[in-house]
Amino acid sequence: MRAAVIQFPGSNCDRDMAVALKAAGADVTMVWHKNTNLPDGLDFVAIPGGFSFGDYLRVGAIAARSPICQSVVAFANRGGYVFGVCNGFQVLTETGLLPGALLRNAGLKYICKHVELNVETTQSAYTSAYKADQSITIPIAHHDGNYNLDDADAQSLFDQDRVAFTYADNPNGSVHSIAGVLSENRRVLGMMPHPERLADPAQGGTDGQPFFAGLMDQIAKV
Amino acid sequence: MKARVYVMLKLGVLDPQGEAVRHALGALGFDGVQGVRQGKVIELDLAATDKAAAEAEVKVMCEKLLANTVIESYQIELS
Repeated sequence: MRAAVIQFPGSNCDRDMAVALKAAGADVTMVWHKNTNLPDGLDFVAIPGGFSFGDYLRVGAIAARSPICQSVVAFANRGGYVFGVCNGFQVLTETGLLPGALLRNAGLKYICKHVELNVETTQSAYTSAYKADQSITIPIAHHDGNYNLDDADAQSLFDQDRVAFTYADNPNGSVHSIAGVLSENRRVLGMMPHPERLADPAQGGTDGQPFFAGLMDQIAKV
Repeated sequence: MKARVYVMLKLGVLDPQGEAVRHALGALGFDGVQGVRQGKVIELDLAATDKAAAEAEVKVMCEKLLANTVIESYQIELS
């Protein structure tokens, strides 16, 4: 699998993402935000966590309008796999590739801890190596993870089986405890929790490992 | 020409920061504050001299960047 990790000023989980992808067997290229083109022959793009452009204006807003993001949107529209974690999720909602928006946590506090997630669907490349309704532990670290979408639209995400993960114990006020959502073609995923931070025994846990292993397997089959 | 853009969370979108401000005002003894909504003001210095053209341009800026219309509404004032 040929993967690219996008780097913005203020990205801080870019290297963690690259390490997790490489450990799963991917060939990873780091791509600076001012580039207008993605590398040729790419299978997968990751938008990492962090505080791109200092969260100025709105979280993810400036990054979503950067030159590279035009290419990422075009890549997704051609059926490419795009994964945004934390700030990357915020960027994906700002580009319009994923519905909704991420607001300040309901409790107003920055939260950094391990949380329990429920795997809501296994019908995606990202969740294919988990079991349905499996409970996994994945870290969160965010101030703006309160997923906002009106009730009817949130319900319709469940109806279309597009909710990838929910929080067992809603930490941030997200509608219906949604932690991660898929695009209509199920190839774009955005989520606040960080599977790349718990994908190696040295990180204290490996619940994130199947995420990357499953992704590699599924993309190899495409 | 100067433009002033007011960006607010849409009604119905919970504004936890506004709520925190309301609680703080209550703690200071301002019991009559029934609601607080917090937004932002963006001031633009424009080269345009035609008001209608400037307003149209700022509207596009709001739609494309200054506001996220999924959760925010905006108002434009020109002077």
